[in-house]
Amino acid sequence: MTKTQIDAPAGVPFIDITREFDAPRDLVFKAYSDPELIVQWLGPRKYKMTLDAWDVRDGGTWRYTHSDDEGHAFGFHGVFHGDQTPDHMVQTFEFEGWPGHVSLESITFEDRGGTTVIHNHSTYQSVADRDGMIESGMEEGMNDGFDRLDELLATLRQPVA
Amino acid sequence: MPDNQLDAVFGALADPTRRAILARLAEGDASVLELTAPFNVSQPAISKHLRVLESAGLISRSRKATTRLSHLEADPLRKATEWLVSYREYWEESHERLDALLAALQVQPKAERKPR
Repeated sequence: MTKTQIDAPAGVPFIDITREFDAPRDLVFKAYSDPELIVQWLGPRKYKMTLDAWDVRDGGTWRYTHSDDEGHAFGFHGVFHGDQTPDHMVQTFEFEGWPGHVSLESITFEDRGGTTVIHNHSTYQSVADRDGMIESGMEEGMNDGFDRLDELLATLRQPVA
Repeated sequence: MPDNQLDAVFGALADPTRRAILARLAEGDASVLELTAPFNVSQPAISKHLRVLESAGLISRSRKATTRLSHLEADPLRKATEWLVSYREYWEESHERLDALLAALQVQPKAERKPR
């Protein structure tokens, strides 16, 4: 399978995620739109996903929480906009730890004749918001200073001995 | 962490010079002069960056004789980035899980698989 590709071009408040899945388009769309399925894959394994709402229709709300064993909980919520189809899955996205910094997520499911490529285009309110979300230009692999900070952050995330 | 502090932390992290300063401070405390040396910017510009980092709570500053030393405050940085640093990890791991789920959902094995 192809690796997840994440692009965060300089100067514009977008993040583009592209990924190919070895399954037909309808099934991949179902995995995104069926609440019973989405809880089975969204988020890292170390987090337990609790779905409060996943109302996939125009104006329907969604909310979920990722929680870890140490009692940290991270809430996310938003609203679906328009009819939700494999050609148009559009929703707002807000991390409750950073309220007011809302992004607009547009997901399309591209049929590649047996496999499916998802395109997830996120629009943030500003480049600063976008960079805050992905930790400031990580995907551009920019400067040495950042790589070192990345390593530092990785170290900091380890539990204190 | 209050929202306004989180905003300040993200604002502080959005600048490459400030990230590089934090990375340098991870190796140990440093004076303004030491922090200015690697960059192609003036000392007042670095001082301004340090004030931004200080007001975000990411560094503290102390005086040693006539030198003012900057010190990395790791805790707010860790708190603020506890979740957000793993953006790439989040999606890669989610997609790997989705691969497995999609495979399980497809009861019929595929007769033809495209090489990749």
